[in-house]
Amino acid sequence: MEANALHDLTAAYALDALDPGDVREYEAHLARCERCRAELASLSEAAGALAYATEAPAPPAELRARILQQAQRERRNVVPLRPRWALPAAAAAAVVAACAAIALGAWAVSLHGKLDRQQRVAAVLGDPAAARNGLAGDRGTLVVSANGDAVLVLKRLAAAPPGKTYEAWVARGGSPQPAGTFEGGPQHSVVLLGQRVPQAAKVLVTVEHSGGSDAPTTQPFLSVQNSAQS
Amino acid sequence: MREYPAMPRSFAHLSDEAVVALVARSDQEALAELYDRFGRVAYGLALRVLRDDKFAEDAVQEGFLAAWRNADRFMPERAKASTWLLTFVHRRAVDLVRREDRRRAEPLPKTGEPAPSGSAEEDAWLHFERERVQAALRQLPDQQREALELAYYGGFTQSELAERLGQPIGTIKSRMFAGLAHLRELLAEPNGESAWKPTPFTT
Repeated sequence: MEANALHDLTAAYALDALDPGDVREYEAHLARCERCRAELASLSEAAGALAYATEAPAPPAELRARILQQAQRERRNVVPLRPRWALPAAAAAAVVAACAAIALGAWAVSLHGKLDRQQRVAAVLGDPAAARNGLAGDRGTLVVSANGDAVLVLKRLAAAPPGKTYEAWVARGGSPQPAGTFEGGPQHSVVLLGQRVPQAAKVLVTVEHSGGSDAPTTQPFLSVQNSAQS
Repeated sequence: MREYPAMPRSFAHLSDEAVVALVARSDQEALAELYDRFGRVAYGLALRVLRDDKFAEDAVQEGFLAAWRNADRFMPERAKASTWLLTFVHRRAVDLVRREDRRRAEPLPKTGEPAPSGSAEEDAWLHFERERVQAALRQLPDQQREALELAYYGGFTQSELAERLGQPIGTIKSRMFAGLAHLRELLAEPNGESAWKPTPFTT
């Protein structure tokens, strides 16, 4: 099927209304087409809302127990994360102060599967000596550990528009250096910056074309200075 | 280091997405919490598609177990946890109704007592959501609403819809797309709780 014809299948896919023969072809297309992924995400929210238009009697009580029992039988063999996450109490309190309990869960989600990165984020957020720089309008926090590793926590930044991405930059005097792209989303964004952030350097965020840029091509919509004393 | 007394776990402060993150770590209590948040709407959806309580239970069970198995692939930047979860349930319900169609001649088992209702708070919230989505649906042009309802609740594929409605498949695709896009706009939340967007920054 032609790419254009495949684009047209997004709404049907969101409604689970593709004919069986088209599903695999569309999913293969989806893996390659960022535009369709973005559109699917947005149409799926609308399709999902249709679930709420139905009458909703409570399901029988046994169903809950049955699901939990079956889940236990299928228990996936996952490395428990908790021990790795164990932080000194003071650090744990600092994490909470930095991004609130809800964000803690959200960044665990967005970083899941990237243990190395996850541990580095945990190390930054758990560093008792880290500098915490609040963003204007309570929109988030820039946390910079004593060694300059930095994590930017943004509260509920809308997902980047289709074909665009957010890009973080570290600027100190000269031209801003790229420090990683991210997509935003309905929950909190947690960005482990790809550059160290020295004292008095600024972290900027711009909107760029998907894939990111080597230098900012738009005005930063966010700017925060690291006031660390280290 | 200070020791804290063991406390019963509470998920109340966690977002849906954070609960799914715990499910991804094979946390069964988190799965139970997910069920407590969405089991009822999932069941209502499955019942609407399948019109049979036993089949609906199967679809809900399969949907939640699919979530259990796939939670580590959930991407919060791509979907709300509720949408993600309900997609599993819906897909399973649609699969079942299509399969069951082939044996429609057989009588369906009819069992189960009328279910008790949930808490007053949950009732009120679901009622509110139902009104909101139904009101949005009513604002769609008839043909768009019909396409969405037959596809999503009826489990008809786009080619079945084309045949049933006597329209070219392209027309059906357009109606589904326009209907969803329209619905999305009608349901868009006003500023209050919604996410912020970048605005040009000036110093």
